[in-house]
Amino acid sequence: MPDLTGLVLSGRRRALCCLALAGFAGTLFAADPPPPAGRRSGYDFMGRETRAMQDDDAANPATLWVFDGEALWQRKAGSANKACADCHGDARTSMKGVAARHPAPDASGKRLLNLEQRINVCRSERQQAPALAYESRELLALTAYLGRQSRGMPVTVGADARAMPFIDAGRIAYNRRQGQLNLSCAQCHDDNAGRSLAGTPIPQAHPTGYPLYRLEWQGVGSLQRRLRNCLTGTRAENLPFGSPELVELEAFLMWRARGMLMETPGVRP
Amino acid sequence: MSRALISLPPNPRRGDIIEVKALASHIMETGFRHTQFGVPIARDIITDFSCSYNGREVFSAQLHPAIAANPYIAFTLLVGDSGTITCKWTGDQGYSVTESVAVSVA
Repeated sequence: MPDLTGLVLSGRRRALCCLALAGFAGTLFAADPPPPAGRRSGYDFMGRETRAMQDDDAANPATLWVFDGEALWQRKAGSANKACADCHGDARTSMKGVAARHPAPDASGKRLLNLEQRINVCRSERQQAPALAYESRELLALTAYLGRQSRGMPVTVGADARAMPFIDAGRIAYNRRQGQLNLSCAQCHDDNAGRSLAGTPIPQAHPTGYPLYRLEWQGVGSLQRRLRNCLTGTRAENLPFGSPELVELEAFLMWRARGMLMETPGVRP
Repeated sequence: MSRALISLPPNPRRGDIIEVKALASHIMETGFRHTQFGVPIARDIITDFSCSYNGREVFSAQLHPAIAANPYIAFTLLVGDSGTITCKWTGDQGYSVTESVAVSVA
């Protein structure tokens, strides 16, 4: 009697392969799969005092940046002598939800822009002013002010289908082991989220509060600054501010947090 | 850009005890640190804070090194007449910021 076990097995394996392929194609081409359950903002991992600091605008030091951003929004700049407000009007209405959908593809769809880069495109094209440096007080102030207008709104990154190839590139980077410690982002923030790293809770890496005031930094910083901190921590080769790889990773993390509520400007220890 | 914020609870009534929250934008450089080349970084902190209510000083504080950047000072106050609460922050390297808020007592 011929041995049929191998045949049966290979048949089942083929079916599994087809399923896996369909699943892969699903993540690439189909509409967004529903986000996983049990997602928690980094806010939930903080102490009571730090949460109170974020909740009270009068105690949240990032409020200082938000007010600076409001002043910059009104200030004319560049050889076009235009302020942001001259085109966009009142940010409290016109900029609602903008931070919640960035990083987003530019008009051509070929390049992915985060909020900082979007501001700088406006500065160079519309205001004809020099781009603001990454992590400068001015750029952080403007992004904090714009982010504040989306506070409490759900993250919508990925709603624009043109962003999906960038998000997929970010997903690959997120799962890739790198650095001398040979760690991927996922090994801490998926596999070990909620556990402690040297006494500090590992959050799930949902970037809903950026730019945020970090007590360790004694100031406001962007998501890219945080990502570069993590790369240093794994002793990986660091990426420069504004590099496409970092923006793709930002986009993937925001897509992963889709539907969660924006907290900008947050406070983190 | 230097800025300071004062916040009061809305609609205070005479006789209420309210919390005044004052937040100043400042790096609070301790003076104990060195650059990577070993050059000491000069101290740059807020040294004095005072708050007056209709011209009368109601709260003051001296600040010292090792206080965090963007110091937040909260204190309580007995509400009297309508008027102005003025806070003044002074510090190293000529730093001086004054900020006022109006109090309207119902």
